[in-house]
Amino acid sequence: MDTLLDVRNLTVKFALRDSALTAVNNVSFTLNRGERLGLVGESGAGKSVTGFSIINLVSKPGFIADGSVWFDGRDLATLSQEEMRKVRGNRISMIFQDPMMTLNPVLTIGTQMVETVLAHRNVSKAEAEAIAMDKLRKVYINSPEKRLKQYPHEFSGGMRQRIVIAIALLTDPALIIADEPTTALDVTIQAEIMDLLLELCRTEDMGLILITHDLGVVSQVTQKVAVMYAGSIVELGETEQVCSNPQHPYTRGLIAALPEAATGSRLNQIPGSMPNLAEIPVGCAFNNRCELGKGACFTTVPQLERKQSGVFAACHELE
Amino acid sequence: MFAFIIRRVAQALLVMFVISIIGFGIKYSFGDPVREMVGMSVSAADREALRDQLGLNDPIVVQWTRFVDKALHGDLGRSFFYRKPATEVIMKKAPATLELVFCSALIILLVSIPAGIYAAVHPKSFLSRCLMGISIIGVSVPVFLTAILLIYIFAVELHWLPSYGRGETVQLWGFWDSGLVTLDGLKHLILPSIALSSIMLPLFIRLIRAEMKEVLQTEYVKFARAKGLTPWRVLMVHGFKNTLLPVITVGGVQIGIMIAYTILTETVFQWQGMGFMFIEAVERSDTSLLVAYLIFVGALFVTVNTVVDIIYGLVNPMVRVSGRK
Ligand SMILES: Nc1ncnc2c1ncn2[C@@H]1O[C@H](COP(=O)(O)OP(=O)(O)O)[C@@H](O)[C@H]1O
Ligand SMILES: [Mg+2]
Repeated sequence: MDTLLDVRNLTVKFALRDSALTAVNNVSFTLNRGERLGLVGESGAGKSVTGFSIINLVSKPGFIADGSVWFDGRDLATLSQEEMRKVRGNRISMIFQDPMMTLNPVLTIGTQMVETVLAHRNVSKAEAEAIAMDKLRKVYINSPEKRLKQYPHEFSGGMRQRIVIAIALLTDPALIIADEPTTALDVTIQAEIMDLLLELCRTEDMGLILITHDLGVVSQVTQKVAVMYAGSIVELGETEQVCSNPQHPYTRGLIAALPEAATGSRLNQIPGSMPNLAEIPVGCAFNNRCELGKGACFTTVPQLERKQSGVFAACHELE
Repeated sequence: MFAFIIRRVAQALLVMFVISIIGFGIKYSFGDPVREMVGMSVSAADREALRDQLGLNDPIVVQWTRFVDKALHGDLGRSFFYRKPATEVIMKKAPATLELVFCSALIILLVSIPAGIYAAVHPKSFLSRCLMGISIIGVSVPVFLTAILLIYIFAVELHWLPSYGRGETVQLWGFWDSGLVTLDGLKHLILPSIALSSIMLPLFIRLIRAEMKEVLQTEYVKFARAKGLTPWRVLMVHGFKNTLLPVITVGGVQIGIMIAYTILTETVFQWQGMGFMFIEAVERSDTSLLVAYLIFVGALFVTVNTVVDIIYGLVNPMVRVSGRK
């Protein structure tokens, strides 16, 4: 299978007054054409920053300190601003978390769709509108010609997220990065939007990086999964394998904490909380919450290695 | 939208109603229309007869109604000093003031928008810091001091620009004395316009910078970037269009306040406009002219504010669409 995206040793830092916090630490993974990867982890693990750094759009004072992002045979981390602009929203689209905030309140849906097409395609406004209406139909929004004239506040949250998805589809991208696309939505429509996204990725043969903190969703939607903890990938492998036979103690904890795995009425939460970026412990970042923690865990950072089960995990105590 | 406009116009009428009461109150308490007509050398009995004849002994409400009715027909009484209808005097002076306000507003718009946006995009650059520093000074120095400084530097020391008056004017459409169409008139406009804009300009730069900075942090601006739009389009269409709403609101009020500042500016520059006329009218106790000024400026203020509100409605889809329903 041919590789669509190859992220190698990506490191993203946030510049502080006289130091730098490492939000994404030496992250590597690959994605094949049309493949779907889940990026899971607790809030603050560095998932969003990883997603944004792929399109080189980390907000200040963040910057890509090291690594490369190979896509379409080019390293995106080294492209000029203008070259990168032509990739964003064209070959790689993003879907944001909160559709109430993603759309510009003072511009019509039509304007926000047409401008995206015009930024990347040499077509007339009428042709751009035709493309926009076609994509609105794909996300099951009826009477699209009427919708184009409406403003975001005239739509519900679920409808807005459909529109955002339609915007992501406008240029037939090879990859969509969806950052918690259902977290801000009503529980009742979360599954609906996720199903739509999955269906579109299949029919349009698009790659997907699904950022979420919900391993349950990942197991339904993706083929691969990367588990992030405090800026690093701690486990990486086929979704099925990782979910059925998790290796890293953190992944095991996450799966044990899923509602389906609840014993009785209690959820099995991992004790403690993820450390702040400025207070990551020496050695393994997870050592203060881990029941396996021994000597090396407190001195040496574990590297991501292939373990016996076939998945990659960063843990000293696993064979 | 239609209902919205109706509501705004109704509010404007209410404000004008209040202004008419205040204006009438001043005139009723301080004015002496008999003096305005005949001067001081008439006997008490004759005056009383004249008062009856003029309806000055009628009930207040009747007098007020008559006052409003006349005002609506453009009759705001006679100026005792100029011996002319007050409306005529004001109409003669208004173009000078309006041109001054227009030029100041133009300076404010042309400078504050690029400066505000620049300072928001590059908050840490040297130029931005300078802009912010200068704007603090601009806000805190009183207009008359700025005016005097400008005159001292550019007129007295450098001899680049004239220090007072309107210079050469040309009458347009038979009633509008314009300084905008001659080079001399334009030269005379420069210093007063800068002085008048010196308070509002820093306010606007700061306002635009603050709003723009906030908007640039929003998710929709980040999304606009993620869509691959050009930086210019992200900044102007997604960024600036959203800062426009608060800027329009504040701007409407400030333009009104600027009319008040014209009194100071016109006095320093001996600018023959309404503000200068107002000060003279106060010195001469020309009550009719004072009241006429109050009503005219009040009407101007209310009109500008109403128009600004309606523009706000046009820019803001929330108002426009909810009004449509
Ligand atoms: N603008 C910023 N300035 C400083 N630190 C930031 C900024 N944005 C994110 N971070 C840091 O990066 C870490 C990862 O954030 P993020 O990728 O948003 O986490 P999540 O996994 O919840 O998406 C956070 O812990 C935060 O401390
Ligand atoms: Mg996030």
